[in-house]
Amino acid sequence: MLLDRTDVEKIAQLARLAVSDPEKEGYAVDLSKILDLVEQMNGVNTDRVTPLAHPLDMVQRLRPDEPTEPDQRDLFQRIAPAIKEGLYLVPKVIE
Amino acid sequence: MHHKTIAELAACLRRGEFTSTDLTRRYLARIECLDPHLNSYISVDPEGALAAAGRADVRLGRGEGGPLTGIPIAHKDIFCTQGIKTSCGSRMLDSFIAPYNATVVERLEQAGALVLGKTNMDEFAMGSSNETSFYGPVRNPWDVRRVPGGSSGGSAAAVAARLCAAATGTDTGGSIRQPASFCGVTGIKPTYGRVSRYGMIAYGSSLDQGGVIARTAEDCALILQAMAGFDPRDSTSVERPVPDYSAGLDTDIVGLCIGVPEEWLGTGLDPGVSAVVTAALTRFEAMGARVEQIRLPHSPLCVAGYYVIAMSEASSNLARYDGVRFGHRCRDPADLTDLYRRSRAEGFGTEVKRRIMIGTYALSAGYYDAYYLKAQKIRRLIADDFRRAFEQVDVIMGPVAPTPAFPLGAKIDDPVRMYLGDIYTLSLNLAGLPGMSIPAGFSADLPVGLQLIGDYWDETRLLAIAHQWQQTTDWHRTAPDFEP
Amino acid sequence: MQWETVIGLEIHTQLATKSKIFSGAPTDFGAVPNTRACAVDLGLPGVLPVLNEEAVTLAVRFGKAIEAEIAERSIFARKNYFYPDLPKGYQISQYELPVVGKGRVRILLDDGAIKEIGVTRAHLEEDAGKSLHEDFHGLTGIDLNRAGTPLLEIVSEPDMRSPEEAVAYARKIHRIVRWIGVSDGNMQEGSFRVDANVSVRPQGEAKLGTRTEIKNINSFRFLERAIRFEVERQIDVIEGGGQVVQETRLYDADQGETRSMRTKEEANDYRYFPDPDLLPLVIDADFIERATQVMPELPDARRRRFRDQYGLSDYDADLLTLSRELGDYYERVAQDTGDPKLAANWVNGELAAALNKAGLEIGASPVSAPMLAGLIKRIQDRTISGKLAKQVFEAIWNGEGDADAVIAARGLKQITDAGAIEAVIEDILATNPAQVEQYRGGKEKVFGFFVGQVMQATKGKANPQQVNALLKEKLRA
Repeated sequence: MLLDRTDVEKIAQLARLAVSDPEKEGYAVDLSKILDLVEQMNGVNTDRVTPLAHPLDMVQRLRPDEPTEPDQRDLFQRIAPAIKEGLYLVPKVIE
Repeated sequence: MHHKTIAELAACLRRGEFTSTDLTRRYLARIECLDPHLNSYISVDPEGALAAAGRADVRLGRGEGGPLTGIPIAHKDIFCTQGIKTSCGSRMLDSFIAPYNATVVERLEQAGALVLGKTNMDEFAMGSSNETSFYGPVRNPWDVRRVPGGSSGGSAAAVAARLCAAATGTDTGGSIRQPASFCGVTGIKPTYGRVSRYGMIAYGSSLDQGGVIARTAEDCALILQAMAGFDPRDSTSVERPVPDYSAGLDTDIVGLCIGVPEEWLGTGLDPGVSAVVTAALTRFEAMGARVEQIRLPHSPLCVAGYYVIAMSEASSNLARYDGVRFGHRCRDPADLTDLYRRSRAEGFGTEVKRRIMIGTYALSAGYYDAYYLKAQKIRRLIADDFRRAFEQVDVIMGPVAPTPAFPLGAKIDDPVRMYLGDIYTLSLNLAGLPGMSIPAGFSADLPVGLQLIGDYWDETRLLAIAHQWQQTTDWHRTAPDFEP
Repeated sequence: MQWETVIGLEIHTQLATKSKIFSGAPTDFGAVPNTRACAVDLGLPGVLPVLNEEAVTLAVRFGKAIEAEIAERSIFARKNYFYPDLPKGYQISQYELPVVGKGRVRILLDDGAIKEIGVTRAHLEEDAGKSLHEDFHGLTGIDLNRAGTPLLEIVSEPDMRSPEEAVAYARKIHRIVRWIGVSDGNMQEGSFRVDANVSVRPQGEAKLGTRTEIKNINSFRFLERAIRFEVERQIDVIEGGGQVVQETRLYDADQGETRSMRTKEEANDYRYFPDPDLLPLVIDADFIERATQVMPELPDARRRRFRDQYGLSDYDADLLTLSRELGDYYERVAQDTGDPKLAANWVNGELAAALNKAGLEIGASPVSAPMLAGLIKRIQDRTISGKLAKQVFEAIWNGEGDADAVIAARGLKQITDAGAIEAVIEDILATNPAQVEQYRGGKEKVFGFFVGQVMQATKGKANPQQVNALLKEKLRA
């Protein structure tokens, strides 16, 4: 499976990663090699196999509906890049 | 002092031979002197460590405290520590000071251990050589031109160089076992769900598990005891009582049935490593165990299966790093897309970006069935192989890695070659089984570890086997000749 | 060309839990920005989700109320996309295996017919935060208080064929979720959001036309208008030779139109996969039993009961079962007074009018059910006349006390003493001989004049029935 520059661009946009033009070639080659490795999986027929999502055969635990977390806004916002009036700032979002 | 194991240190502290403050000062001095050559620590916290040591000394003076009171350890920089930077080896989190403690950190603190600092690691735990860290590679104390292994390379190197009594690590595809093997120390990755993942920065959520690297199985048992156990904050944490690991160490291994996968003894294995493993098996037989060949027919597929699952989960887990609420933010973003794209491109290193892209691709429309779903099926096949094997044997043994520690730079530009080096460790993560690496010999003066794989929840047995091994061998006592 | 409209609705309703779906942060509305967002809601490194039991209970209750299958085993999946109000860069939702399966809802059409609308599924997911576009020098502010609030996404089959049907369905779902306490369904506060999928096709055509999704609809009235506009727009496009573009459009209430959202460069590929931090949700019969034990009588069943048990008309029964609180209120009054019809007249009449005028819901009524019952009892025991009762009602509404207090304070007790009334009548007849002549001469309308005079003289307190009877008697003579 070979990926080209266009594929890399699409993936990079989905993943929100800026990739410069010279880098695109490099990624295309690397990613293609990795996908070749992954192709190995096709060496075995798995039509009748149930996927294993989790090593544990467990079910989801339920938590009682109680508010337990206090307001720690100051603590959390101390590490934020841009705050104004308690809001996280980002470049204008156009809808 | 720094050559003593935790068990020995605890006894000394209780007897008052020296204080925790003395011990902590010793480690801090060694770190200051030696770590510039190893780069095993990202952050060191002398103030915090000494303050904690002081508190420990008060308790010890009163005759209080437990087996870990006043013992200086280090945390892999993947565990959130309130007040000390948690970088995960990445520029993305270079400025991140966690506002809360990981459960593992809380528990070890409650058990009395004190934190010297945060150890270096492959960026976001993605790597097998500790060469992808934003803070530079870690060097192997046995040979500073070589890698210590990864991703818990800093933890393994620090323990080997006696820069801490023990260190926490995480293992998603071998990241505790392989560096332990490369650095001649003992490491354990418990059953998935045994140790809480809350506060342990996620890489491959269904594979990640926290564990410990120390110099002996006995020490691992002490640390794991404090770390393990149900955590209501982690939905994948199991409500199962934690046995007394230390009490189980002396279980005798006569009659133990050891399985060796025939797929693992083929070509690709360095002869030096092969020799160590074979000799170890012979020794186990002499100790009264029985060695049998088993088959893990689907294990060759583990590399492909593992990387698809890990990279897919990682691509989603790392989406939160966007420069909005914490972490690296690019300067003067032109618009929202630019904010995301540049913050992430600048914050993440190359290997991380590669994996995010593969993961994104594997999950994208039209590819899910062929990649992610297929990998989950491979996972089932591999888990079933182990299930069958454990009907036949009590424990599985084999190499940890195909070679001993390789030179820095040898594989870093060839990701696939790097991934193939994980061939013996990955299967276990896919199945969620517990595993250990114990020092078992040398190849060309470099440490070689023996891998032990247990059935689900069989940590006690693994630790006992390792402990018995360490009663009759000296590999774990050997220290690198590293005093520059 | 005859066109057929096909509508499907996606309704997101916030569940009435005290804490968030995956964290222990509180869910109260209107708090100071970012004071209700804990580490898990903020998506800080290392945090993990744990599922709120009440959210599951409420989802199950809803499922049962719409006669749907409850999945024994459902899975949480990650919906991956980037947006500043989505802290983790993915929303935890459900994809292939939702907690609630196929169900149905019955709506009442304008012509009185009943139509069944299918519900494809309902699933649990977490809400995102809010973007505030006030000018922060060209920046947007993000408030993550709402992030992590539990949502139930209810997806209908494309069974609706007109804006009216769509509104009826939306109202029905709204009523149900409020009725069983699953949600407070407040559209203004955003706890009940309706998106419409609209397409048109030639009458008789089996294939579905291209559909558009309309968002930003804040009321049932706007829902109707938005759909109506969109249908016309699509027909215009097609009749003009063009093709409807599959897209998301926003409803602009000011302009009364739908507008295309600024299209993204590429369609979102959500890359759904099961969330590895969560395990399969297993719901057994016991859980369903416990969840539905406290289910109140549902609207349709109650409506039927009010008709049968209280002999109410369809119209009255419909109005009284619009909300559970209103029905509860009515029943209290009906039982206290023993006269369900009179109670219905008052609740659907004076009370409803007063509530509407003041813009209040029944829960905020200044006249409580016991108070209204008290008033009606005074009509029943003839202490006051029906006409004066309206005055008393108003007084109670304005806080002057209960019926007895008002009647006493204003001296409104009805005069039922025949002797007293007779005396007044005799007086009036004596002072108005001309009108008496006219009446006795055949001008029947003058009767009303006398009644008016008696009422005036008694300040409205004379019992009307007795006045009529005694007047007739006196005038005959």
